[in-house]
Amino acid sequence: MERDYQREFTFSPPQAASTAAEIDWLYYALVGMTVFFTLLICALIVTFMVRYRSTARLNRRIHVSHKRLLMIEIGWMLPPLAIVMGSFFWGAAIFFHQRQEPADPLRIYVVGKQWMWKVQHEGGRREINSLHVPTGRPVVLTMISEDVIHSFYIPAFRTKMDVLPGRYTMQWFEPTQTGTYHLFCAEYCGTDHSKMIGSVVVQTPEQYAQWLESDEEEPAASRGRRLFQQYRCNDCHTQSEDRRGPPLANLLGSQVVLADGRTVTADLKYFRNSIRNPDDQVVAGYQTVMPPYPQITEDEILLIMAYLESDAAGSGSGRAVQGGATDDAAAPDNQPPNQPRNGQSRDPQPGSNNQQQPQEQQQQQGEPPE
Amino acid sequence: MAETVPRNYLNADYSIWSWFLTKDHKRIAILYLISITLFFFVGGAAAVLFRLELMTPKGDLVISENYNKLFTLHGIIMVFFFLIPSIPAVLGNFFLPMMIGARDLAFPKLNLLSWYVFMIGGIISIVAILAGGVDTGWTFYTPYSSTYANSQVLLAAVGAFIAGFSSIMTGLNFIATTHTMRAPGMTWFRLPLFVWAMYATSLIILLGTPVLAIAIVLVGLERFFHLGIFDPALGGDPLLFQHLFWFYSHPAVYIMLIPAQGVVSEIIACFSRKRVFGYAFIAFSSLAIAVLGFLVWGHHMFVSGQSATAGMIFSFLSMFVAVPSAVKVFNWTATLYKGSIHFDTPMLYALGFIGLFTMGGLTGIFLATLAVDVHVHDTYFVVAHFHYIMVGGSVMAYLGGIHYWWPKMTGKRYPESWGRISAILIFVGFNLTFFPQFILGYLGMPRRYHFYADEFQVLNVMSSAGASILGIGYVFPLCYLLWSLRYGRPAGDNPWLATGLEWTTPSPPPTSNFLETPIVREPAYNYPPLGDGEGDTLRQEKIRRRRQGEWHPTQPPREKVTTP
Repeated sequence: MERDYQREFTFSPPQAASTAAEIDWLYYALVGMTVFFTLLICALIVTFMVRYRSTARLNRRIHVSHKRLLMIEIGWMLPPLAIVMGSFFWGAAIFFHQRQEPADPLRIYVVGKQWMWKVQHEGGRREINSLHVPTGRPVVLTMISEDVIHSFYIPAFRTKMDVLPGRYTMQWFEPTQTGTYHLFCAEYCGTDHSKMIGSVVVQTPEQYAQWLESDEEEPAASRGRRLFQQYRCNDCHTQSEDRRGPPLANLLGSQVVLADGRTVTADLKYFRNSIRNPDDQVVAGYQTVMPPYPQITEDEILLIMAYLESDAAGSGSGRAVQGGATDDAAAPDNQPPNQPRNGQSRDPQPGSNNQQQPQEQQQQQGEPPE
Repeated sequence: MAETVPRNYLNADYSIWSWFLTKDHKRIAILYLISITLFFFVGGAAAVLFRLELMTPKGDLVISENYNKLFTLHGIIMVFFFLIPSIPAVLGNFFLPMMIGARDLAFPKLNLLSWYVFMIGGIISIVAILAGGVDTGWTFYTPYSSTYANSQVLLAAVGAFIAGFSSIMTGLNFIATTHTMRAPGMTWFRLPLFVWAMYATSLIILLGTPVLAIAIVLVGLERFFHLGIFDPALGGDPLLFQHLFWFYSHPAVYIMLIPAQGVVSEIIACFSRKRVFGYAFIAFSSLAIAVLGFLVWGHHMFVSGQSATAGMIFSFLSMFVAVPSAVKVFNWTATLYKGSIHFDTPMLYALGFIGLFTMGGLTGIFLATLAVDVHVHDTYFVVAHFHYIMVGGSVMAYLGGIHYWWPKMTGKRYPESWGRISAILIFVGFNLTFFPQFILGYLGMPRRYHFYADEFQVLNVMSSAGASILGIGYVFPLCYLLWSLRYGRPAGDNPWLATGLEWTTPSPPPTSNFLETPIVREPAYNYPPLGDGEGDTLRQEKIRRRRQGEWHPTQPPREKVTTP
C-alpha cells in the first residue's frame, strides 16, 4: 500500500474527507495565533531582559495611575477574549455539522472489541481491521463495543468517535480522495491497544460496488438466519396466529406501537434494546415473556439485523410489525433504511463457504503474545 | 571553633523521632521534599524506559503489557505523588506560615498526619507496582478498570484515594491558616501572591478531591461486588466515571498550575526588583481559574459520546480560562518593563515558565476548540499540551522555587553556575522532547501506543533525544543541591535582598520562625524605587560582595544569636 506521506515530511496528514480542509484551516489559523502570541511574549521578555538588565544604566522611573492600570488590564483582556470566542464559534460550527446526520448516507456498522475492528456493510459484506468506503457519498458509521471503550479514529478524515459498550455512537464523513489511510484505536483499551489498527481504503463508487460484490464469505444474512434459529428466536417470532412475539420481518425502519401507547421507530438501537432489555419496550398486544439475551454479541445482533433486512426473512410475510396499527397507516413511514446501492443485491447467496468464522479466530489469535 | 551555631529548625534536635513526630511545618515540608523527590525519580525512570522504547516503531525493549504499565506508573506517580503535592506540600508548607508571619500552620498535627497519609498512599501504590503493576492509565477509565483489567488496579486506586486525603488536610490547613494566623498588619491585599495562589489551590483541593475519592470507591464497588455503576453489562454507564473523574482531574490541573504561578510571581518581583504589575489582577486571576476549573471538565469528553450540546457548552466555558491565564502572562511581562533584571537561576526558571506556559496555554485553545479537538483528542498533541503545562509550567516553577528558597530552607547557597546551566539544559531538553509531539499529534499518532506507524519515527527519535537532555537536566540539581548541604557557602538571612516576611528571619529559620511576631506596615513587594538603577539594592550588594572577593552575594555570618 503506497502512502506518499510516509516518505515525505509533512505537518498534517492527507486530507481525504470533506471536512478535513476546513479543520486544517482552523488549525492553521490557531497555529498562526499561537506563533504570534508566543513570539510576542518571547520578544517582549528578551527585549526587557536585555534593555533592563541590572547592569544597564537607564531611567527606570515609572508611575501608573489606578485608572490607567484598569485601562491596561481591561485592554489586554479583550484581545484574548475575542480570539477564543472566534475560535469557539468556528470550531463549534464545524462540530455541529459533524454531529448532524447527513441525508441519504451509506450506512456501515462497526463493532470494536479487544483488539480488533469488525465492519459490516450494507448488504452484509464484512471485513476485519479495514474499512472500504466510496468517495462522493456521506458514510455514517454506527459503532458499538463488545467490551471496553475504544475510539474509531481516521486521521486523514480528521474525525474520531469513541466506541462505547452498551450503546451506539455515530460518526460520519464524506471521503473525497481515494487511497489507503490509517485507522487507529484512539482510546486506551488494554494490552494490544496499539495493535488495534487497520486501514481505511477509499475507492471510487464503481470500485466499491465491485468490492462489495467480490465477497466470497458466507453472506451475513445467511449467518444471521442461523443465529436466528440457534437462539430460538423463531420459536416465538413466527407468523402463526398463536405466536408469543411479534413477527420481525422488515422490522427495521418501521413504526412500532408499544404496549404503553408510545410509537417508536424500530431502528437498530430499538432492535438491540429489545434483545438486551425486552421489558423496556413491549410491542402492543404482546406479553412481557421474552428473557433478556446478554449472550448475543453485538456482532451477532448486526448479523441478525442483516438477516431480518434480507428478503429471505421477509419471504414468509412481507408485513412489518405494526403492533395494533394498520398496515396502511404505517406504510408511508415504512421506508427500508438501507436501499440497495450500486447494483448491489441484498439477496443471500446460498452455497458460499463459511470462511468468516475461522478468519476471525485467526485474527484474534494471530498476534503472538509477547 | 568558637563560633556559635545558631539554633534553628534543623539543628534543634537530631533524633529520628524529632523528625518523624515533628509538628514543625518546616520539617514536615522537608519530609515531603524528600518523599516527592524519590517519587519524581521513580516516575522519571519509567519515562526513560518508555522514551527508549519509542525510539523504534516496533516494540523491542519491553512487551506491550509492560509498556502499558510503565506509562500508567509514570502518570500515577507524577500526578498524584509528585505534581499535586509538589509546590503546596513542600514550598507552601514551608513558606505559607512564614510569609504571613505565623509560627506554624493552624493545625500542626493534621499537617503531620497528612504526610503519613501521603506516604501510606504512596507505599500502597508502590506495592501495587511491585505486585504486578497497573495497566489502566492514570485515568482509570471504566469499564476497563472496573471489569476488564487484570492488574493491581484496586491497590493503585486505593493509593490515589488515600493520597487524596493528604491533600485535603493540607488544603484545609492552608485555608484556616490564611484566615486566622496572619501577622498584625498583614491584610489580604498585602499577602504575597504566592499565598493567594495557595489559597485558591486549597479551595480546589477541598471541593474537588472528595469527588475523586467517590469515583474510586465506586470503581472498587463495581470491581469487587459487581454493582452496576459504570459497566453497561451490569446496567451502568461508563461515561459517568469520566464525568466524576474529570470533575476532579481537570481542577487538579489547576492544583498543579496555580501554585506554580504563585512561585513565579514571587521570583519575577524579586529579580526585577519591582512590585508585581497588576497585583490584584493576578490575585483574582488565581481565584477565577479556580472557579472556572470546575465548569470545564467536559472538554475532556468531546468525542466520548457526550451529547453535542454538552460539548458546545463545555467548549464555550473552557474558552474563558484563557482570559485569566493571559492576564497573568501579560502582568508578569509588564513587571519586567523598567525593572532591573537579574539572571540568577530562579529567574531563569521563571522566565522559562512564562514562555512554556504561554505555549501550553495557547495550545489549550486548540483542545477547547471542538472541531480541532475531535481530530487531536487522545493523540500526542494532548500529551505535548499537558506536559507544557505540567512540566514546562509546574516543574519549572517548582525548581525555580526550590532554588529561590533553598538558601532560606537550608542556610546554604547552591553553586550558581551549575544552577544556570541546569536551568538552560532543562529548558532546551524540554522543548526538544515535547515540541515534536505537537506535530506527531496533528499527524495522528494516538497516545499510549506501544507500536506506531513508521512515518512517526523521526519525530519520536527527536523526542527521545530531547528527553535524555531533560533527564540530565534533572539529575544536575539533585547532585549540586545535595552537595551544597555540606559544602555550600552560608546563605545569610536574605541573599536576594527580597521583600517578604520569610526573608526577615535567620536562615535556616528558628523553630518558631520569627524571633518576635512581625508587624506588617507595607504592601507586598515594596522594593525601593529603582530611579536610574541606584535603587537596585541587589545590584549594589553584588558589587560590594565582588569587591570583597565573593563572587556572589551573601551576608557575613551573624555573630550573635539569640535563641528564643
